[in-house]
Amino acid sequence: MIGRIKAVFGNMVVAQTEDRVVKNAVGYCVRNDGIKLLCEVIRVRGDSVDLQIFEETRGLRVGDQVEFQEDMLSVVLGPGLLGQIYDGLQNPLPKLAEQVGFFLEPGNYIHALDTERLWDWTPKVQAGTVVEAGDTLGSVPESIFEHNVMVPFGWEGQYTVRTVAESGSYPIGKEIATLTDSSGNERTVTMEQVWPVKRPLCVAKRRLLPSKPLVTSIRIVDSMFPIVRGGTYCIPGPFGAGKTVLQQITSRHAQVDIVIITACGERAGEVVDTIREFPELQDPRTGKSLMERTIIICNTSAMPVAARDASVYTGMTLAEYYRQIGLNVLLLADSTSRWAQAMREISGRLEEIPGEEAFPAYLESRIANFYERAGAIELRDKRIASATIGGTVSPAGGNFDEPVTQATLKVVGAFHGLSRSRSDARRYPAIDPLDSWSKYVGIIDPKKVQKVHNTLRRGDEIRQMMTVVGEEGTPIEDFAVMLKAEFFDSAYLQQNAFDDVDAATSVDRQRFVFDKILEVLEADFVFKDKNEARHTLRKISSMFINWNYARWDESVVPESDRQDEPMNKAAHKDDEATERGDFKEILGQIDQYVQSLLKNADKSQAKDKLEQATA
Amino acid sequence: MSRRQPEAIHKGHACGGEDNNDEDSQQRYDATLNNLGQSIMRTFYDEISQIAGNVVTVKARAIGYDELAVITTNQGSSLAQVIRLEDDQVSLQIFAGTEGVSTGDKIRFLGHSFKVPFDDALLGRVFDGSGRPRDGRPEVKAEAVEIGSPAVNPVKRRVPEKMIHTRIPMIDIFNTLVGSQKLPIFSVAGEPYNDVLARVGMQADAEIIILGGMGLRHDDYLTFRHRFDEAGVLGRTIMFIHTAADPVVECLLIPDQALAVGEQYALQGKNVLVLLTDMTAFSDALKEIAITMEQVPSNRGYPGDLYTQLARRYEKAVDFDGAGSMTVLACVTMPGDDVTHPVPDNTGYITEGQLYLRNGRIEPFGSLSRLKQLVNGETRDDHRAIMNACIQLYAQCEESREKREMGFELSDWDTRLLKYGDLFEEKIMDLNLNIELFDALDKCWEILAECFDPEETGIRDAIIEKHWPHETHQTKPEPQAETVQA
Repeated sequence: MIGRIKAVFGNMVVAQTEDRVVKNAVGYCVRNDGIKLLCEVIRVRGDSVDLQIFEETRGLRVGDQVEFQEDMLSVVLGPGLLGQIYDGLQNPLPKLAEQVGFFLEPGNYIHALDTERLWDWTPKVQAGTVVEAGDTLGSVPESIFEHNVMVPFGWEGQYTVRTVAESGSYPIGKEIATLTDSSGNERTVTMEQVWPVKRPLCVAKRRLLPSKPLVTSIRIVDSMFPIVRGGTYCIPGPFGAGKTVLQQITSRHAQVDIVIITACGERAGEVVDTIREFPELQDPRTGKSLMERTIIICNTSAMPVAARDASVYTGMTLAEYYRQIGLNVLLLADSTSRWAQAMREISGRLEEIPGEEAFPAYLESRIANFYERAGAIELRDKRIASATIGGTVSPAGGNFDEPVTQATLKVVGAFHGLSRSRSDARRYPAIDPLDSWSKYVGIIDPKKVQKVHNTLRRGDEIRQMMTVVGEEGTPIEDFAVMLKAEFFDSAYLQQNAFDDVDAATSVDRQRFVFDKILEVLEADFVFKDKNEARHTLRKISSMFINWNYARWDESVVPESDRQDEPMNKAAHKDDEATERGDFKEILGQIDQYVQSLLKNADKSQAKDKLEQATA
Repeated sequence: MSRRQPEAIHKGHACGGEDNNDEDSQQRYDATLNNLGQSIMRTFYDEISQIAGNVVTVKARAIGYDELAVITTNQGSSLAQVIRLEDDQVSLQIFAGTEGVSTGDKIRFLGHSFKVPFDDALLGRVFDGSGRPRDGRPEVKAEAVEIGSPAVNPVKRRVPEKMIHTRIPMIDIFNTLVGSQKLPIFSVAGEPYNDVLARVGMQADAEIIILGGMGLRHDDYLTFRHRFDEAGVLGRTIMFIHTAADPVVECLLIPDQALAVGEQYALQGKNVLVLLTDMTAFSDALKEIAITMEQVPSNRGYPGDLYTQLARRYEKAVDFDGAGSMTVLACVTMPGDDVTHPVPDNTGYITEGQLYLRNGRIEPFGSLSRLKQLVNGETRDDHRAIMNACIQLYAQCEESREKREMGFELSDWDTRLLKYGDLFEEKIMDLNLNIELFDALDKCWEILAECFDPEETGIRDAIIEKHWPHETHQTKPEPQAETVQA
């Protein structure tokens, strides 16, 4: 299927063809120096076909040839995806660097998987077994996982296994099974298969209601605005509020099997951080390099814009693939606004009638469709797997009333809104505890969360009132509530991402500390004056902050109540134990201090009563 | 075609002292363009069907997208660039503008996109948006490189680790500039942002300095030149200057040229500092062209791809794995001091932090260098401590100032904070300072010692013991009225 270029405008090309074309099929524009540029059919009108080009269009001419393909934009799925760094079109960037050098010259496409590497194949079916799409035929070990090789997801109906390869080491291209369908046609299966990125990949018995908390080790998220495995959440925030740092911490500490990071139209420097650091960092749960559970899809802001649109879907499809294998996957998309902007650019070039802020009218449905691809599922063999999506949003001017944020809020299960005032005050993570919400239930009893929430809200009201009436005009009881809210904020909600211990708080620890905090919040302290109140709460705060830096001592929780997954102890450095306080010791100090305050309170209350009585 | 006589100058630069031989350079330039055309032996196209804004549409065949062309009018010749192809209609943006272009004028295509010569002979030179010399000296004959190269493969980038010393304490101590960083200076029109940029250019420890001026007042351009000359850095400086009087299309090519040359030096292993001013003028030029091309505007008239356009420039800042680096410091004027205006807003999402310039000072609170953590742990052990303590105390000083303005009673602590604030502003925040980082840190210690007791600064004991100035240790300043000054 051949066409000719008729018009070129930015990254859009109009081609003329008499042949059959498939919408959303890929094609190649052939530049007159022979370089082929990947493109996608996005509109067909009569004999003219609108194409978006995934590369710079420099040098294309009217009359140049276009080769249309049958397939839609697809990714390759198979063992060897983990630890890879891909661009938005699934080209492995390290290999591109080897072949092309410093720059991403247009027209270079490389197979996404290593075709030479050998994998230890173990068959799981015998000749004669009846299978369907998505059923496991055998497996190879990849990182710490058993990577199932499945019947291609697009195959319809039932198949009978005719032959299956014996155990042994094979490359991914090896024919590992032959299947026959009901009418006797034979089809062969290798370890790799392709799937179109824009079509959701979900071969399951049924979809489940996501309910198991996804622990990120970030206190404000897990305790206050939890997310769940198979759920969705978004992080909108103005620039400089720490969206990317939050995503990076999540990608390190999230308790899932696989993390897929999609850097979509963001700074290259941030990806470089991840690329350079992850191989060095140890996954505390496995003791292996973090990179072995990570896939990076990287389409930074300087890369062609159409590929940016594709990168989000590429990441999602890989996430769905590992969900099919039976794992829990977290997809982090940073930033979905850049993806929306890519849609806007393409829509503008198509001269579609613009919607709000020139975004296309289908913005909302695209965003909704994307987030709907997340979910927890029960596979056909009854295993449960999930894919969770966390997307950042970069609203123009930090104003959440813009179309992308609003469209996203409608479809996600949790909202972690970052606020400029919190980040300016260096209160990190800058998730606004009053504006954010989550529809999920997390690791802390919702009743307790509600109590804390009330304190925060009340504290904020009092603070606002105080700007009008001044400290003098505020009753001491109110003043104490405000200080307590402030204490909760600084001792629990804020977390130091750059400290080894404080950066990640485990479930048991969060529950334990949360209860202790609640004790303080609910305690009836009696203060002589505001200075004493301020001094006392500050002192408690600093004790709790020191406590946050102390290593967790699991022995404070009875063994039967523990929920933490066993950690790899080797990750701990013992030599610094002296610098950090001892968990139990600080706990003792806190208890003692709080008790002494309460005793004083009792005494002074008793004294008050006595005075009243004598009066 | 070569017989065509060079004609009267097409463009009148506002004539400054150095620019009085514009006519010569235009003639030489025309001759060069003619030579270029000859060597490729292309035919003329003269069926111009539309002239609108800065865009001319001509009937032509087999023209590449983004290709460069020369249009010859009866007022001289100008470069032009293909921005749209539609059947045999080729739309070009004319660098010199379309005033005086007639429907019978001739257009010759050059068969390649915009290139800029790259050679050490560029050093000390000044060029305009079309790449021709504006310093009255001859063209640079050297191998040319295409502007707007593809993105750098992220795996070929390094994590930045080298501090760039600017000898301005507000940058060096508090918002450290790091090699390969892209950092904008957000400022209101009246602020001395070009002075700051010039000062950084003069004082920074970079091997090559490239200045890209967009929409500059001619005075500003002369000031830059003059100051670089005085400071003796002109020999390692290259300037690409578009003044407000020049055609708007030329503005668009300034950052591309500056960054393309910078990139080549970086690939040669040099550490390059690119100064761009003013990126808002650049964005406005983008807006102008987009609207001429009837693109749907997205926000306040700016095109939907503003983010992409800006990012493609800023992302050129790079630390190559196995070669040099390029750092970008750019001025962005905020119309109406509004940081949510599309230009500063999009810029903030792209760059690695921002400096706010307010009241002639770098604002200590909103300003942020995101990369400073990568280097400020390695400079001197007290760097981070000073950075945090000084800013926290200054923030408290601001509160005390508010208190004073409201007429509240001032405590002893307040008066000391006020004294500290004044000293800090005078000795550290002044942008005309030219001091080494270590000297600046010492100066901070002096100020702290003059106003506070060690434990009041909140700095760790170990650091205090090592750095607290001894002579003033005991003298506690008296809370006198002298500290209460405006």
